[in-house]
Amino acid sequence: MSAETWAIAQFTVVMALMATALTLPFAIAAGWVLARATFPGKALLETVVSLPLVLPPVATGLLLLWLFGRRSPVGRALDAVGVEVVFTWKAVVIAMMVVSFPLVVRSVRSGIEQVDRRYEELAATLGAGRFRILRTITLPLASRGIVAGAILGFSRALGEFGATIMVAGAIPGRTQTLAVGIYTFVETGREEAAWGLLLLSALLAFGAIYLSNRLVAARA
Amino acid sequence: MATRNPAMKIVNWLAAGLAVLASSAPIAAQPPSLVVSVAASMHTALEELAVLYRAATGVTVSLNTGSSNTLARQIVEGARAAVFISADDRQMDVVEKAGRVVAGTRTRLLTNELAIVAPIDRAVPANLAALLEGRVTRLAMGETSSVPAGVYGRRWLEHEGAWPRLQSKVIPFPTVRAVLSAVEAGRVDAGIVYATDAREAKVRVVGRLPANEHAYLNIVQPAAVIAGPAEAEGRRFLQFLRGPEASAVFRRRGFGVER
Repeated sequence: MSAETWAIAQFTVVMALMATALTLPFAIAAGWVLARATFPGKALLETVVSLPLVLPPVATGLLLLWLFGRRSPVGRALDAVGVEVVFTWKAVVIAMMVVSFPLVVRSVRSGIEQVDRRYEELAATLGAGRFRILRTITLPLASRGIVAGAILGFSRALGEFGATIMVAGAIPGRTQTLAVGIYTFVETGREEAAWGLLLLSALLAFGAIYLSNRLVAARA
Repeated sequence: MATRNPAMKIVNWLAAGLAVLASSAPIAAQPPSLVVSVAASMHTALEELAVLYRAATGVTVSLNTGSSNTLARQIVEGARAAVFISADDRQMDVVEKAGRVVAGTRTRLLTNELAIVAPIDRAVPANLAALLEGRVTRLAMGETSSVPAGVYGRRWLEHEGAWPRLQSKVIPFPTVRAVLSAVEAGRVDAGIVYATDAREAKVRVVGRLPANEHAYLNIVQPAAVIAGPAEAEGRRFLQFLRGPEASAVFRRRGFGVER
């Protein structure tokens, strides 16, 4: 396996880890809101959160490209402060975050829903505040769902292709991930290199799934 | 024990991952380089030229390779490519209409020809008459409204009045590379691609449509400098692409160079 292949794999893993770390707080917040709160428009929020799951990733990428492009207010604001997203590693992380977000939220949410509300209510009668209840009771009891969500999101991020190629491009050494690399190598006739990446992707996916199964089993 | 809690484990891994990120300086601290968005069919030639250019000037050229449609879309939305090399005029038109081309820099960099290809192990007829005759039941082409080689292939068949009869035999593919893979695998009887693409695949070229006999096709693969902070570097690179050294590389790979 060539140095190039390893570099692409390392880059992809680092990007996916970063995307997972950055997604987790948002996903926990969204999962908690969806599991515990009732408010008008909740169904709408649920739908919006799940959107990247059903939209073709290329469409998600097109939306992101527009959002961070020079024609949207967001893109112009970022331009003004000198932050470039399109064609950089930031675009890779953002694409990964957006496509994995719904998966993580779903898992976190079902984890929180399985927590018996009586424990939370009991803690409240003893004077614990909302945040303390969340931190000391809800989240620890929902940790299986959170961990499963994180691993699921990480795995999805590893394989992300459609949104990435739209918004980050396929620039070797700068934005080229495993999935994008496989595509580019096939497109440009470098099939052997593509097979190398494919093998690594399979190994990584295997590792992530194996770990998640073991974690869940250890906890049960 | 902290590690008994799976949530803590995850947090630890993430921390480890971020530590790796912090230490993997090559990702963050790369020297600025020239991004060139290039259609997949010219990638190998550009890869070779990037090496030559670096040797001559010390400037690293990063190739963003993809289908011309995607590349054009990215540039229209403001992606910082310095030079765009498209597989056909239409996608360059899109970029130019959006005001992203530096005035006066659009150039007819290369010309190309269509080729009819067939699986290596099959003796397949070479000309249009044979295509029509019926021994070809499945004809692979790039998507005939968006993939450049597919658009030109269709234009040729329409010009010959053969499109209505062949249309039902056409199997459209999203990229030229996919067309070649289908032919290589022997899953179709023939395919229509750019002559230069055919050279890079394990297929048999059974027919060519010489540019001088099919002038109406006028297959041009244009290049232009894209507006942005790297304009000056872009101009220098395009100048190099039009120079004698680059022309020799393109010719050797089967592209037409009009200069």
